Amino acid sequence: MNSILKASLAALATTAVLGGPVLADGHAKLSGDLKIFLDTSNPAPRATMEDMIARFNALHPDLNIETNVIDREAYKTQIRNFLTANAPDVATWYAANRMRPYVEAGLFEDVSDLYADPEIGEALASTKGALTIDDKQWGVAYTYYQWGVYYREDIYNELGLTEPSNWEEFKANCQAILDSGRKCFTIGTKFLWTAGGWFDYLNLRTNGFDFHMQLAAGEVPWTDDRVRQTFANWRELIDMGAFIDNHASYSWQEALPFMVQGDAAGYLMGNFAVAPLRDAGLTDDQIDFYQFPAINPDVAMAEDAPTDTFHIPAQAQNKDAARAFLKFVVSADNQTLINNGENLGQLPVNAGSSVDDDEFLNQGFEMLSQNSTGGVAQFFDRDFPAEMAKAGMEGFQEFMVKPDNLDSILDRLERIRARVY
Amino acid sequence: MADAALPAAGLAPPPRSWWKRNQQTLAPWLFLAPGAAFFLLYVIFPIFQSFQVSFYQWDGLGEAEFVGLRNYDELRYDDAFYTSLWNNVIWLVLYLAAIPAGLFIALFLNQKVFAIRLYKSLFFFPFVISQVVVALVFSWFYDPTFGLFNEFIGIFGLGPVAVLGDERYVTLGIIVAGLWPQTAYCMILYLTGLNAVDPEQIEAGRLDGAKGWKMLWYVVLPQLKPATFIAFVVTVIGALRSFDLISVMTNGGPFGESRVLAFYMFEVALSEYGFRMGYGAAIAVILFMIMMVYIAFFLWKMYRDEKEG
Repeated sequence: MNSILKASLAALATTAVLGGPVLADGHAKLSGDLKIFLDTSNPAPRATMEDMIARFNALHPDLNIETNVIDREAYKTQIRNFLTANAPDVATWYAANRMRPYVEAGLFEDVSDLYADPEIGEALASTKGALTIDDKQWGVAYTYYQWGVYYREDIYNELGLTEPSNWEEFKANCQAILDSGRKCFTIGTKFLWTAGGWFDYLNLRTNGFDFHMQLAAGEVPWTDDRVRQTFANWRELIDMGAFIDNHASYSWQEALPFMVQGDAAGYLMGNFAVAPLRDAGLTDDQIDFYQFPAINPDVAMAEDAPTDTFHIPAQAQNKDAARAFLKFVVSADNQTLINNGENLGQLPVNAGSSVDDDEFLNQGFEMLSQNSTGGVAQFFDRDFPAEMAKAGMEGFQEFMVKPDNLDSILDRLERIRARVY
Repeated sequence: MADAALPAAGLAPPPRSWWKRNQQTLAPWLFLAPGAAFFLLYVIFPIFQSFQVSFYQWDGLGEAEFVGLRNYDELRYDDAFYTSLWNNVIWLVLYLAAIPAGLFIALFLNQKVFAIRLYKSLFFFPFVISQVVVALVFSWFYDPTFGLFNEFIGIFGLGPVAVLGDERYVTLGIIVAGLWPQTAYCMILYLTGLNAVDPEQIEAGRLDGAKGWKMLWYVVLPQLKPATFIAFVVTVIGALRSFDLISVMTNGGPFGESRVLAFYMFEVALSEYGFRMGYGAAIAVILFMIMMVYIAFFLWKMYRDEKEG
């Protein structure tokens, strides 16, 4: 999966247009009803999706499309119900382990035939691995985004700091920020997953991509010394007081004002954090991005790049139209359009698409295509099985508040590992 | 007059239909039938289904696998389960504070001054608004950086305390939020109860020199016994189903320290990462057993009162 991603991203960096007209049979006669369920409930993505569906409908005027936008958090629990009873024809979801329960229960349609078409198979090679279970593909990606440290450029300039390239610089920067009366990082762990991001990066940098994936697959005990090393590194930051106080009370959005007001200098987040930071009044001169620096120089850099996806439920009524819709979504032109700065502001999945000229998208794309040689992970709660992910993130939150509890946390995670796998 | 009725009586009386004969006995059952049917379908049947599911390992999607008592065995070693159980106990005990609080507000409001109805409805207001709104209001109140609570304790040189982010205070903080509407509920129960207090007995007590606490304890409270009973029942039930406040205010956190059994059951079985229907059902069964203790007590008490009455 990773070598494919690297290869295709490299290909994308050098070739101009490769995808070509993916809509080869786009004008085949489609009719009937097409029911689409979306979890893109935030205003900007919602408008993007509705516009995209309208453009698809314009190509197929005989199709009666019914769109249902569900709140993103509520969607995560509702999907179980609507996949088993009264399924839509197309539904959004997430790649990797997050889709495994539905694949194994036979609720997602096998769409390997779409990838058999070289025009799609090659254009989507970068995300094919994340959508593959048992050598079959179960959906298509429509967007993905980088993770990394978003920081207040003006504060760094004021203190004379530069983007760190290794762990020592990272900590020295943090100490300088702390000495100036600010916190190094804002974070809100109320909904747990933000702590998963920190664990991902610390573990990827300490032990490398392959070890991280072995841990995700349950092949390494949580009490392993290498895992402890990751936590030891994390603890250095905690003991310095690098994170804002009371982070367990905040959601990720509620943690944003600390950065906006300059009380915290950085935020380890996905690229979706840029839009609210800009909305809050920060200009691009004030925010910048750097890749999480190396900790162990012997391991290759690896990144989190979560992928959001479209699937066809197994019980869909109009699978022909659903397949045509999926093809339309991943077509090069549509990918360029929906991922540009005015729409999702993320990275396109089609190798033939172009990345919008945006400070953060450019940096993210360059990072993923050139400096993520170790591999690309999805995210903690998408790579690890649901139960392990939940317990793990809860443990991370506890560790961030009470680092002395590490032994009991790891023992607990180890017991859960023994049961889950 | 009697003559007029005679011709009809001369004929054999028409046989009354089965329906006519049994109408009196059947009518109540017919009226009860829809309610009873739904109660069976949505309450009784799921109880037995929960018992059944608790013996399986099932992700809610695929095949269920019979595992016998393994889910219960696992509960014995589950720290999170004990945390939830302990929190349930705290909820049960502290939530009862709503009863005396409601009583005293009711006594306070049981007077005839201008616009007393307005004051009563203002005190009743928190019970009318949604629990979700109560939860949101209190989570802003507790906010460690800009919440009123920390401004307030700051006056005394205390804080800041992240009530909802600190595992020592989080359950107490949520219970206080829950007491706000629950006190209003108990208050309204006592207000209606106070209307039924016999003024003659009050007068008689007064003549005998009772006042203040003695009057309350020996004369008023015994007459409020039915209201106290109902207040006790609804408060215990309210404590056991404390779910929405926890879900909105902390989502069970920090690190699961504010969970109660109902929330933990939801989390393992139905939430974002929950795929363990069997384990969730096992927790539900335990919660049901605890509730059974109360239900049995209430049934027994009601039966006894009926016999006496």
